[in-house]
Order: sequence, then C-alpha cells, then structure tokens
Amino acid sequence: MTASTDTAKSTRPVESIDQIVIRFAGDSGDGMQVTGDRFTNESAIFGNDLSTLPNFPAEIRAPAGTLAGVSAFQVHISDHDILTPGDAPNVLVAMNPAALRANVADVPVGGSIIVNSDAFEERALEKAGYSSNPLTDGSLAGYRVYEVPMTTLTLEACKPTGAKPRDAERSKNFFALGLVAWMYQRPTETTVAWIAERYGRTAVVVEANTLAFRAGYHFGETAELFESAYEIHAAAHEPGLYTNVTGNTALAWGLLAASQLGKVPLFLGSYPITPASDILHELSKHKNFGVRTLQAEDEIAGIGAALGAAFGGALGVTTTSGPGIDLKSETVGLAVSLELPLLIVDIQRGGPSTGLPTKTEQSDLLHVMFGRHGEAPVPVVAAMTPSHCFDAAIEAVRIALKYRTPVYLLSDGYLANGSEPWKLPAIEDLPAIATTFATEPNAGAVGDGEATAYWPYLRDPETLARPWAVPGTPGLEHRIGGLEKEDGTGNVSYDPVNHERMVHLRAAKIAGIANDIPLLDCDDPTGDAEVLVLSWGSTYAAALAGVRRVRKAGGSVAQAHLVHLNPFPRNLGEVVKRYARVLIPEGNLGQLARLVRADFLVDARSLSNMQGTPFHVAQVQGAIESLLQEVAAGHTTGETAEAVSSTGGDR
Amino acid sequence: MTDVAVPVTTRKDWMSDQDVRWCPGCGDYSILAAMQFLLPELGVRRENTVFVSGIGCAARFPYYMNTYGMHSIHGRAPAVATGLAVSRPDLDVWVVTGDGDALSIGGNHLMHCLRRNVNLTILLFNNQIYGLTKGQYSPTSEVGKVTKSTPFGSLDTPFNPISLAIGAEATFVARTHDMDRKHMMEVFRRAHDHKGAAFVEVFQNCNVFNDGAFEQVTGKAQREEMLIELHHGEPIRFGADGHRGVVMEAQGSLRIVEVADVGEDALLVHDEHRDDPGLAFALSRLARGPYEPTPVGVFRAVGRPDYGSLVDAQLLEAQSRRGPGDLARLLASGTTWTVE
Repeated sequence: MTASTDTAKSTRPVESIDQIVIRFAGDSGDGMQVTGDRFTNESAIFGNDLSTLPNFPAEIRAPAGTLAGVSAFQVHISDHDILTPGDAPNVLVAMNPAALRANVADVPVGGSIIVNSDAFEERALEKAGYSSNPLTDGSLAGYRVYEVPMTTLTLEACKPTGAKPRDAERSKNFFALGLVAWMYQRPTETTVAWIAERYGRTAVVVEANTLAFRAGYHFGETAELFESAYEIHAAAHEPGLYTNVTGNTALAWGLLAASQLGKVPLFLGSYPITPASDILHELSKHKNFGVRTLQAEDEIAGIGAALGAAFGGALGVTTTSGPGIDLKSETVGLAVSLELPLLIVDIQRGGPSTGLPTKTEQSDLLHVMFGRHGEAPVPVVAAMTPSHCFDAAIEAVRIALKYRTPVYLLSDGYLANGSEPWKLPAIEDLPAIATTFATEPNAGAVGDGEATAYWPYLRDPETLARPWAVPGTPGLEHRIGGLEKEDGTGNVSYDPVNHERMVHLRAAKIAGIANDIPLLDCDDPTGDAEVLVLSWGSTYAAALAGVRRVRKAGGSVAQAHLVHLNPFPRNLGEVVKRYARVLIPEGNLGQLARLVRADFLVDARSLSNMQGTPFHVAQVQGAIESLLQEVAAGHTTGETAEAVSSTGGDR
Repeated sequence: MTDVAVPVTTRKDWMSDQDVRWCPGCGDYSILAAMQFLLPELGVRRENTVFVSGIGCAARFPYYMNTYGMHSIHGRAPAVATGLAVSRPDLDVWVVTGDGDALSIGGNHLMHCLRRNVNLTILLFNNQIYGLTKGQYSPTSEVGKVTKSTPFGSLDTPFNPISLAIGAEATFVARTHDMDRKHMMEVFRRAHDHKGAAFVEVFQNCNVFNDGAFEQVTGKAQREEMLIELHHGEPIRFGADGHRGVVMEAQGSLRIVEVADVGEDALLVHDEHRDDPGLAFALSRLARGPYEPTPVGVFRAVGRPDYGSLVDAQLLEAQSRRGPGDLARLLASGTTWTVE
C-alpha cells in the first residue's frame, strides 16, 4: 500500500480502531456533500475500505436552518472489507441545530457528536423546533458532545484573506473537514490540492478554504477538547490501480465500454430526472468517444430517439427513474415487437408518483418485468454495488445486442450516489461483445440457388434473434412496425395462429437467455444451512453483511445474489428448493419474493424496508436469526417470525 | 455515400410488394403515387431512404414504399426519426403523419423536432378527422364539427398547422394538396432538398368520414379562384388571369384585393427566405379555413444549421482536441491510488 501523506503524525495520543461511521450533517447550503466527498477521497487514497451514503433533500434550497433543508453524507471507513455505509453513525458532525435534531436519533448512545456551537443561537434553535438548547438542557447526556465554535474559528482563520465575514463563514465546512481529518489522521495534502484545483478561479476562496481546513486540523491537534485521535489502518485490498467511483459514473463508463466492445456508436436519448441525470451529464462530457447525447423534450422522446438510433445501427440507450419508466412503457413494447436492441436504465427511487425523488427503493422490479400491455417479455439485469454498475451495464448491452431486444438495467438511488473503491479492470479482460449486422439476403432461394430476398424476422435457430439490417444496406430494404408480423417475412399479419406462434417465439427467445448467463452461485460454507438469504440489486451489501454476522455468531446460513432477474439463472429453482426458508430482503413489499414463490412454489419470505434508505445490517441479521429459530423450533408452516412478513398469500 | 452512380429507377422500384389497404378513393393514394413518381427524379438510393410513421391511416405509408421503414407508435414518429437522423446523417429520413398523430398525441415531438431543425422531411396528411378510429373530430376539425364523439358539435378551436410550424421555429414550411400531383411533387422535392426540418401540410380528403373537407378550395372547378400559389420573388396573385392579389395593410395584416383596384405594384411580393417569420405567419392566417382563398406552396424556407450537423461538429471537435476515446485513461481519470 502506498499512500503518500505529508501530514505529520499527531503529537497527541492516537488510538487504533478498525472502523468508524461518520455522518456530516448541515444545511443544504453548508457544503456537506463536498465535505463528505472529500473525507471519502482522503480515506480512499489512504487505503481504507469504505462505503458512502449521501442523503439530501429533493428541494435545491429548502428554507435555511429548517429540518427540511438538512443535507447529510454518511461514510463508513475500515481496515477490513466492508459492504455497507453502516447502520448508524458513531460520529455525527452537526453544523446547526436542525442538523442535530434531524440526525441525533440515529446516533447510538455513547456515540460522539461534534457541533458548531456558534450555530446554536435562539433563532436557529427555534427554526429547528427546539424549545430549549440541547447543548445545555441535558438531553444529550448519553453522548460525547464536542462543542466547537466553528464559525468564530473559521472567521478568525480567514482574516488574512480580507474576505468579508459573510463570505469567509462559508468556509466552515472545510474547518469541520479539517477537524475530522485530524481526528482520523487522514492525509491532508490531497484536499489542499483539490481545493486549489476546484476553486482555482477565485484566489480568495482557495485561500479561505485552505486556511479553514488547516485551522480545523490544528484545532484538533492543539485543543484539549479531544482525548485522542484515531487511526484506521489501510484495508488489505488486492493489488492494483484503484479509484473511488459512484454508481452513476460507473454505469456511464460501462456504457462507453460496451459501445467500444460492441463496436457500435452510443446514442443516449434522455430527459433529466433525479437520480439518473448524472449519467446524462457524464456521457455528455465524452463526445470524443463518439457518443451522441440528446436531451429530449420528454421521457417518451428520449426512448423514441434511442429506438430510432437503434434502427440505424447504434447502441440506443435511455436513462431514467420510475416516473420516466411509466412514460416509456409504450415504446419498450414497440421495441419488443420490433426486436431491436435497446437499453433502458432505471435508477429506482421512492414511489408511487413523484414519491421520494432523492431516496432509494427497489420497487420497480415488477413494473419493468410486467409493465407493458400484451405478452411483452424484457430481460432485466440489476447492479449490486456502485462499481458493479460498470459490469452490469456491459452485461445488459451484451444481451440487448445479441438477442435484439430491449433490456432493463436496474440501479437505484443508493447505488447511483453511493461510492466505493474500485479496482480498475484491465480493458483486455472485459467481456467480448459481438455485434453482427445482416448484409446479405437470407430468403427466397430456389433450390440450391442464392437467397434473393430479405426476411427481417427469419431467426437465428440458436438464439432466436432476428437479423439486424440497418438502413444503408443495399438490397435489404424492409419495413417493421408495431403491428403483429408474420413469422419469417415480417409482413403485417392478423392471422391468429401466427400471432400465437409469435407470442411464443418472443417468450422463448427471452427465456433462452438463461442458457447464456452464469448459474446462480450459492454460498453455503457448512453445507447444512436450512435458511437461504437471496438478494438482488443494492440489497446485496446489507444481505451479505447480515449473513456474515450470523455466521460469526455460529449460525448456519446460505447466501446467493441475483444479477439477472429475467430470465433467472436456470438453477435458481433447484437452489431455492434446497432450503426450508428463503429470506428475500428488498426495498419493496416483496416483489422478488412474489416471483420466486410463483415460479418455484417455495416458502420465500420477504423482508421489507420502505424508508428510502438501504437496509441496516442489523435488520437483516435479526430476520435471519428469527428464521433460524423458526426452523429450529420445527415450525414448518404458517407462522411468520417477527419482522418477517409473508407475501403472496393474499393472491 | 459511394462513388458509384445512383442507379436509375422508376416508380415501380419504389413500390413495395404489399397490397395498399386504404379505403378506395382515399386521398392517400394520390400522395403515395406522387412520392413514388418523385423519388426516381431525386437521384437518391432506396437503401438510404427511410420512411418513419406513427399511428393512423397515413402511418401505413411506409409499408407501401420499397425502402427502409418503421411504423412506430402514436405521435412518436418525429422522436424516433430524430434519433435515426441524428445518428445517421447519411440517410434521407421522411416522417409521414396525420393531423391527430402530429398535432394531438404527438404535438410535443413535432414542435421540438422543428425547433431543433433535425434533418427530416415531415409530411402531415391533414384530413381534419380521425379516420382509423372511425370518425372522431381532430385538432384541425372546424368548430362545431358533428362527429361520433361530438354529437352536439365540437367546441375547441382548431390548430392551423402552418401557423403552428412557423411558431415552432420551423425553417421550411409548405402546403400542398392531394388533388394536384404536380404541385405535390414540386413541394415534396423542395422539402426534400431543404437541409433541416422541412414541414409540409398536405390537404388530404378522407372520403369516408370527412368527404369534401377541402373541396371548396381544391376542387377542380374552384381551385383557380380559391388557391393562392406562392412563388418566391413574385407578387402574390391568383384567380383567372391573376385578377386577385394580396396586399399588406399599414399595420401588417394581409388583405385580398382585386388587382385592378390597387395596381400590380401594390401587391405583396412573396419572400420565402425572410428570416423574420412575420410574413409567412401572416400568410398562414390569410384563410380562416379551407373555404376562403388559401395559400399553397412554400411559405418559408430559411437556412439554419441542422441539429445533426451541429452534433457532429461537437463530436469532431472533441475528437480533435482530446483524441479518440481512450477507455483505460477514462477509468483512471479521477483520483487513483495503487495497492501493491
């Protein structure tokens, strides 16, 4: 591990710990996302393993000082492999009373709270809904509270810049960052360099932020407020080149990679929507990759244009979230009928309707599975971690191009904005994507003669994919549309028997993809587990962490994770039938559980979390333990353990 | 595309093997024929020609053309065609739509592809009725229209497609009608040759649900006195021996006059290239409906870079400044560190 740092080691006592969860919270305008992001980067470069959870309001600037305007960023850093951003913060940094009030309940008793004491004046307390000052009324008695006059100290530190107090005060988030950087012995030079680059256009801002940052660091070092600093050693990562990546960035890069691997130009038709817009932003930056991005007039035009581009031989992609999926559904159905490759990316958020735009959920699974009229099967691939968004994008594109089908790629708000260290893959190790275009007639041969006609729906006997002849190819002119087509020729056909055949052919094509994806890997180390935890999407992290905790405590539990939701891996039925109970934690009311029960008639139990946040590990752990007890007690039917609700019974 | 000369074709080469299934006597037949007669004259290749449509009677058009084609979904043809035209600037992309498809369910897409100036030729077959759903009023039906869905008469003010296109920043706006193949071919040719979004309204008779909707202006006997043929650079006049004409009033509104009353010099001279859309818009308002003297021909034809060319220019510039996309470099473009 080479983590270069110029920072002198603290002269104060330094205690070693193996992990910490820190939450930075302040007003939307306080720069908490920047602060959290910087701390994350310092930790990543230092070599810790980490996982992050930004949490911000849907409003751009809710009224200052109110609970509605509180923005927070949680980061979990450790010296070992971790999966989640942590159930609860060990340390809360609260820049104002509202930030304290909105977050204090999450801090376990005994945890640390660092507050900007300057902000706890009467009006601010009132705005936050405090009738008395929590710093003095004893309500924080169970915590270790560190009162730091951050505003005053920041103003003092920034005096040499000559900045007006109102401007200088804005640097207080860097004071807080400096303080926490000292507490956890982070390298500082990368942040100093980052400030210079980020705010380079305004010298006074660079100077103020740098001074505030250093002042915070030195305050920790010199003030007798803190008993000691802490160090968290680097985690044992595999050798390689690493970067810290969010899900949306990884997904955008995966699309660029897939376009190069498949040698098809990328066309993105998209309409801005939280939390998917960053993919549009990222791809719009990389025009030198030959990417064409269209900010369309609406969600429907976004997918329409992507489908038009696909007809012309491009990799057509549209990116959105739930409300956009509603609008795009008709065009997805057209793509099913046209049998053209198309990728629809759904960064799921809380619903229904506008719901919780900035919060995460996994509640679109059944929507993307079935949300179209007619029998219209669509493959579904789901990303499991921020960096896995890269691989999932490539896999989804591979399926779309090979099988000439629209494919849904599911991510969610947590993966989109959360980040983790990512060992960069070697380009030559990325999977191959073969794109084939039809260039010759394929039908109409008489006897052994050459084909003279082009039938757009003459399928590959193995994949059942139809040929893809793009405009500009002489002799293969053809018309396709949303009307039912005759098998083979693709001519409009209202023949009932033909329609039934086409319905079955389309279904068989998608079902057959199961032969082209990996078998489900089920981890059952003792081989005697009776309970399986089956996860999909971002629930992977909390599910696996919960399984690890149960195993650590001596429990026997199996674990498996689905990346392909449609079709399922072909051994899924066999795997789930091995276990007396299957626990499916998901951010919905049991959508995968419903599918698994329906497909395999097993006792799948749903563990549901609808709070707009990722699962807490403890929640999964508790549910597993309940099921273990249930099985041990010899229950074989009916009763559901606490915190585990059954789904499907009401159908 | 290639150096090889474009093969000589005839109308037959552009006809697909599918039976045309419009109602006998439908105006769509003559529009289809005009297109199939025109394409051999345009010097274009079948494989580079694409017809994209939405839903409605007009939308069956691509099935009858021996070119590439897509019959998409209701109202979305301009969006689908935008993606195709922007990603494949080498193609000739035509959009065939109707008054319901383009102005009702697909109004948003039409508007935006016109303002973006996507390199498309859009033909709107306006029959002022919903035909495929068997006779409901459309967004171009006259107020008071009695149909199955409006037994007491329709209440809403219709769109004027030409005014709408001009208001949506269209760079080429024209009108023709299904009773005059020569005129259709000329207008379609002009529209095809225009770089950018070309919008053509085609008065089209639905002989089943709205027969004779345009008879008062396009009927053989009425045409001479009721259609005002626009010609760039020429005084706007019509009628037998051009006895009537159009003048602009002091406050800018247009009025139809007897040329003998005002003298030829007083007539408005048509200028389709005028950047200010005011004149074209005023011409589009001259007739309140197809029962008053109605201008046909090219209302407006101005130059503005088309969207796809602008997109390509940005790609080329990015590639010349930063080189072709290098994936390994991209992945390592953030803060990185090495674990040994």
